[in-house]
Amino acid sequence: MGAPGVKIAVCIKRTPDSESRFRIAGSGAAIDETGLKFDIDDFAGYAVEAALQLNEKAGGGETVVYAVGPDTLQESLRKAMSMGADRAVHLKADNVADGIAIARALASELKGGGYDLVLFGKHSFDSSAGVVGTATAELLGVPCVTAASELSVSGGKGVARRELEGAAEMVEFPLPAVVTIDEGVARPRYPSLKGIMAAKKKPLESKPAQLGTVRVTVSKMELPPERPAGRILGEGVAAVPELVRLLQNEAKVI
Amino acid sequence: MANVLVFAETRNGEVRKVALEAVTAARKLADASGGGEVHALLAGAPGIGGKASQLAKYGADAVIVVESPEFAQFARESLAATVADRAKAGAYRAVVLGFSAQGRDLGPRVAARLDAPIASDVTDVVVSGDSITVKHPGYANKVIVTLTLSGSPVVLSVRPSAFTAVESPKAGRVDQGQASPAPAATVKVTEVKEGAKGRPDLGDAPIIISGGRGLKAAENFKLIEDLADAFGNAAVGATRAVTDDGWRPHADQIGQTGRQVSPQLYVAVGISGAIQHLAGMRSSKTIVAINKDKEAPIFKVADYGIVGDVLEVIPALTAAVREARKGH
Repeated sequence: MGAPGVKIAVCIKRTPDSESRFRIAGSGAAIDETGLKFDIDDFAGYAVEAALQLNEKAGGGETVVYAVGPDTLQESLRKAMSMGADRAVHLKADNVADGIAIARALASELKGGGYDLVLFGKHSFDSSAGVVGTATAELLGVPCVTAASELSVSGGKGVARRELEGAAEMVEFPLPAVVTIDEGVARPRYPSLKGIMAAKKKPLESKPAQLGTVRVTVSKMELPPERPAGRILGEGVAAVPELVRLLQNEAKVI
Repeated sequence: MANVLVFAETRNGEVRKVALEAVTAARKLADASGGGEVHALLAGAPGIGGKASQLAKYGADAVIVVESPEFAQFARESLAATVADRAKAGAYRAVVLGFSAQGRDLGPRVAARLDAPIASDVTDVVVSGDSITVKHPGYANKVIVTLTLSGSPVVLSVRPSAFTAVESPKAGRVDQGQASPAPAATVKVTEVKEGAKGRPDLGDAPIIISGGRGLKAAENFKLIEDLADAFGNAAVGATRAVTDDGWRPHADQIGQTGRQVSPQLYVAVGISGAIQHLAGMRSSKTIVAINKDKEAPIFKVADYGIVGDVLEVIPALTAAVREARKGH
């Protein structure tokens, strides 16, 4: 590669504010979006920031954001450009629950794009599944590092740290590659006013997503049963014997 | 009648609890699909075959043992290829994995290789005619989502502790399998940094003692460690505030952006109960909260609460638990 920096695609998702109180829509198979605040999903936000920092550090490169879904995504793509991404591609589709179909649409679009790195959030708040990034890597036939909490690239090679269950590992991989981003890499910046103005002029391409056959559908959504109200056993050390008795006799965990 | 393939996850040469739970989920699927067989794929370093009987005890009709030195580590690419190739060869109805660090990584790879639909973090599964319906908690456990998957095979990863591993002894005949080669360009592990030893992993532990800012200082986590020791089989967790402050490693974080756990007992110490934290532990079977603020939201989800200074209550609780467990 002649120019400094790397060519990075970041695939983002748009999700509602996680602090929201959710209601189920009349259809019984979706959440009621009335009054909910949507934004770039947390982990996808880290991925955008990671891409921008990698290229800032290298003093060049290009960052392109992608998203699959309805027109409302364009607001989030625009936001990513106001943070500093160079351009955006919107692959139009209804809300899709089939991660493999989304990966198919992204892979067919990214293939031949000449990307050194394709970044995703490690998973999104709504499904927590983390399917799309890894599946896209498989479809592109490139290595995939999941849940990276540190990431650096140089000389056609990447190095990342992954948090495991009770351990961590350092990995090395050749580019091009897919990396899904955990928190810890970089806190997303707020768009500056200058960034917001600049984003208005940046190219946002919109075209239909090539999903293929969709084989996962949402058939129902419901609120979980409330936990029965608990009991305050008392105050301070005096309540300890009663707690231990209940843990032995009622919860049966001692 | 349709068979179901399980990826039997191991770590350090041992079959993990989530693998037995995956076998139980697969058993349910196979029985509901007209009495098919459950085949467990047990991949590991040479010698792993010795663990096959554990899988048989929990309901595996056959255990496909794949021994290869590269599987001493989590060789993601060749494992994914091995599972997918086996799934293709066996014409299975479903491939079941645990929704653990390994399963999160492998599930989508296998699904992409099979061009099969996938559902993750599954807590229940029902077979209805040609389709499989699963439940999974979405939106940080605030919404239960039911998904319908069409086509065959499907890939399912099951939430740890959602299915209770049930003994259901089967023949567990052992077949030797082959490892599939990894692609040329792969991810190489250069270093593994082990976390604290001597405690079960948060995903495996039946009991979790978790601490928050109410502990006032990093060194007071000693009290949490002592209480965990008193229970004997407990893991130690923490809130995001605590891991952000560096009191505990990031890997210990329980919550929406950390680990999601459902132990038999969750003891929240000095934790106020922010939504971010509740998202990671509200599906625990029994929750105990100890906090000085009686209005703290954690008391709304706790089965048992004590209002008080954790620095006084925890040592007393530790002593009482030790006393109660004498003779264990």
